[in-house]
Amino acid sequence: MAAQQVPDLSNAIVAQDEMGRPFIIVRDQGKKQRKHGIEATKSHILAARSVASIVKTSLGPRGLDKILISQDGDITITNDGATILTQMDLDNEIAKLLVELSRSQDDEIGDGTTGVVVIAGALLDQALELIEKGIHPIKIANGFDEACKIAVQHLDSIADNIDISTESTDSNLLKAARTSLGSKIVSKAHEHFSQMAVDAVLAVADFERKDVDFELIKMEKKVGGSIDDSSLIRGVLLDKDFSHPQMPKIVKDCKIAILTCPFEPPKPKTKHKLDISTVEEFKVLQEYEQKKFQEMIDLVKASGANVVACQWGFDDEANHLLLANGLNAIRWIGGSELELLAIATNGRIVPRFEDLTPEKLGRAGSIRELEFGTTRDRMLVIEDCSNTKAVTCFIRGSNEMIAAEGIRALHDSVCVVRNLVRDSRVVYGGGAAELTASLAVSEAADKQKGIDQYAFRAFSAALDTIPMTLAENSGLDPIETLSALKAKQIIEKSSHLGVDCLGKGTNDMKELFVIDPLIGKKQQLLLATQLTRMILKINDVIISGKDEY
Amino acid sequence: MSVQIFGDQATEERAENARMSAFVGAIAVGDLVKSTLGPKGMDKLLQSSTNTDSALITNDGATILKSIPFDNPAAKVLVNISKVQDDEVGDGTTSVTVLSAELLREAEKLIDEKKIHPQTIIEGYRIARNVALEALDKAATNNGSKPELFKQDLLNIARTTLSSKILSQDKELFSTLAVDAILRLKGSTNLNNIQIIKKIGGKLSDSYLDEGFILEKKFGINQPKRIEKAKILIANTSMDTDKVKIFGAKFKVNSSSKLAELEKAEKLKMKTKVDKIGKFGINVFINRQLIYDYPEQLFTDAKINSIEHADFDGIERLALVTGGEVVSTFDTPEKVKLGYCDLIEEVLIGEDTFIKFSGVAAGEACTIVLRGSSDQVLDEAERSLHDALSVLSQTTRETRTVLGGGCSEMIMAKAVDQCAANETGKKSIAIESYSKALKQLPTILADNAGFDSSELVTKLRAAIYNGLTTSGLNLNSGTVDDMKELGIVESYKLKRAVVSSATEAAEVLLRVDNIIRAKPRTADRNH
Repeated sequence: MAAQQVPDLSNAIVAQDEMGRPFIIVRDQGKKQRKHGIEATKSHILAARSVASIVKTSLGPRGLDKILISQDGDITITNDGATILTQMDLDNEIAKLLVELSRSQDDEIGDGTTGVVVIAGALLDQALELIEKGIHPIKIANGFDEACKIAVQHLDSIADNIDISTESTDSNLLKAARTSLGSKIVSKAHEHFSQMAVDAVLAVADFERKDVDFELIKMEKKVGGSIDDSSLIRGVLLDKDFSHPQMPKIVKDCKIAILTCPFEPPKPKTKHKLDISTVEEFKVLQEYEQKKFQEMIDLVKASGANVVACQWGFDDEANHLLLANGLNAIRWIGGSELELLAIATNGRIVPRFEDLTPEKLGRAGSIRELEFGTTRDRMLVIEDCSNTKAVTCFIRGSNEMIAAEGIRALHDSVCVVRNLVRDSRVVYGGGAAELTASLAVSEAADKQKGIDQYAFRAFSAALDTIPMTLAENSGLDPIETLSALKAKQIIEKSSHLGVDCLGKGTNDMKELFVIDPLIGKKQQLLLATQLTRMILKINDVIISGKDEY
Repeated sequence: MSVQIFGDQATEERAENARMSAFVGAIAVGDLVKSTLGPKGMDKLLQSSTNTDSALITNDGATILKSIPFDNPAAKVLVNISKVQDDEVGDGTTSVTVLSAELLREAEKLIDEKKIHPQTIIEGYRIARNVALEALDKAATNNGSKPELFKQDLLNIARTTLSSKILSQDKELFSTLAVDAILRLKGSTNLNNIQIIKKIGGKLSDSYLDEGFILEKKFGINQPKRIEKAKILIANTSMDTDKVKIFGAKFKVNSSSKLAELEKAEKLKMKTKVDKIGKFGINVFINRQLIYDYPEQLFTDAKINSIEHADFDGIERLALVTGGEVVSTFDTPEKVKLGYCDLIEEVLIGEDTFIKFSGVAAGEACTIVLRGSSDQVLDEAERSLHDALSVLSQTTRETRTVLGGGCSEMIMAKAVDQCAANETGKKSIAIESYSKALKQLPTILADNAGFDSSELVTKLRAAIYNGLTTSGLNLNSGTVDDMKELGIVESYKLKRAVVSSATEAAEVLLRVDNIIRAKPRTADRNH
């Protein structure tokens, strides 16, 4: 029956084998695939659902972690949604869209990357039911958009403006940081990390512009010790040591010359050739070289510096001269670290020795060398810098994976604190915000004329997934918890009742102070709705076959 | 209808399966190294698949785990903690692996049989960990302020550490060796200053700590083999062809006579350098870099002994030993601090000549010469000694000590048990399990020594519970004895690191409910 397929000769190429005999390769039409209509939409929704179901179990303070094994067998252990998704080896196009979604939440807000995927998954799930009822995808998408507007408006109206004053020791910022850390491995050192996050942000925050420059917060990790040993260094940490083993390990009242020129004989950038043809020339050159080193050192000395930080290497002789002149030196500092050092110490990066002047020097209270355990590793800590706006979070952990996860967790909570500094309005966590938004949407649903009613109800049902998942992950009965909470929210007319994940005995999130920045929550809803619309709009997928010879 | 979202060959394990593979992997690793624990632990022979001639015999947990390629992610986590323990404290690498495997074994039971949520177990473990560390803290004694007692502590620690290694036969000798070496460092933890030279031949007990310092180098040709009252200049400078370093400089001559002149000039340059060095009034010159024949000859003429190519570590150690400064420019003799030692001579160890510096001024570095009958023995001896040195050097920082022989584990277990009784809720079951895991350590110690562990450990428990808080297992006689009297002492920092890292690792693995594995990178060219 099967008629022999006639190769499409328009795609043919003539090639030769190793013996020189010609043969013809016909490029196949590939494995061109096409899906369209409802079929395509459905398959997309299912793909999205599988992705959501992977990250779902990481949601909330009782969420669990994932082990991700990369192509080379390296291990990442994390429960950060964005990290999980980016490190998965995904092949499906829609799944990749979800990865993008979580990444954009990460870029914009920095936290809630798991939540956004779960909401998107739930929205698509609900959409599938509506599609099966025969409602056109675009109509669903439009309905979702309207519903999302209402939800966001509602969140705006219930948001509380909290006091982010920095005076009190147990400020609101600290509590918010604590919430965001609840779901991470570092929850053991909860207090410590939240304090670190708040301190870091406050150190660099610009309250007038309500902005926080993340460039100034550097995260460094070092395996060894325990998570509790992590610390915030008000200054810069360099993974370097002093260039000469006999330089003193601690320098006080440092005046730092920050150089981008090597302690080596000058190398003009234009191509040149220097020919030596007589003995005299040779001697002159020798003297010149000797003098050059002395000149460099003299210039540094003259500027009053006692520490030299250099982007390049030193010649052995220069190195010794530095030691002999009592100048501590650090070599091979990377470009970005050098910049950070310059910012932190209010110094200027100097490209030529001639340009060194006392006012261009950076100033710091102390530089000291840290030693670690039994290995030879050393780091330099530069503290009490004249610009207090640069901090380094130094994360310790008993193994590679914990330290890496510690950095991710701290990054998240730093983001939360930053968001609060930017916009001090908050909503309540533990699913409370989603619940009240869901109630608002379902109330609005009844007032809709036409098909939008369905979309509204579906949207509200999708929002319920967050508290349900939280309850499920915490080992509670999801449906029971949800219905009880909904009833309670309506009766008490309170928007801060959420899932009691940690068994504290109360549902009042305001009391427990489980808060989320308003912008984060709003962003989650907007992004998830947008993505849903995008996926619902696709009705045809053409995958061109991969070229396989 | 399901949709394939992963790339092909990417696999995903979920919930029970994932947890199972994490637990199984970790427990397997724990079981693997378990038998090496304690003074009666056995060694492992590791053979590499590529180089079948090289065999490695060791009972150092970190070394064993480092040498085995694992595929299981949980196993990799355990390997990682043992490595970190090695870097951080230097010893206890087996204990940390075994403890965290035991913690997971207990956790597995709780999840399977009692259906307790992993997060609840973690909560329990955290409480238990804090209690255990508190108990350890209380049990620790600090002799840091009393030098005599502290030295005794160090000796005991060294003896305890070494008793589980190949050096146990000569542990008296080696523990004194190690303690002497550490005390010379005067509080620095830089073990690089202790040089270990391995030489085949002789017995392990022929090993010795050299008062001075031994450098694996020779003097230049025609130079005296023995120098008394040596003034040493330690340098890092090029003594081959002292080239002009200005970029692009190049000789261009138009006649061979000119070339000869230039050569002379170059020679002269070298000679002036040597002359400058001569002005220091030294009789020994040690350079990190090569010394060519010409300058060497000049040195010989000037009655200066030269040693070339002493590598970086060697130079740094020498600087520490002789109190000299590492020098690269030679214009200011009055500013530079020279090194000094009473006697430098060439010595023979085995069949090789070395240069020995004795009667040194500063003496912050030293050399240990290990002798042994085979490469494997020497390697293992070096590892053991390194472990002991690391632990000792860390103990000079954190001077508290605890008792070994399962004593501190049992004290911690007792505290944890009591805490479990006071805690309500499911957490308390997890806390109980934690104490069980802690008790596994003395059990394994007893098992490895070939004693009836159930009897011995219950005896130990009874002793500790009855307030004999210094009791522990005497694994030579199979009885419960006073550890303080036997001098079985361990570093507090080590024990603390074992408990806290093991718990942290167990926690990480307990939290896992999903393993996603990307397609392994294939070695083929198209990728």
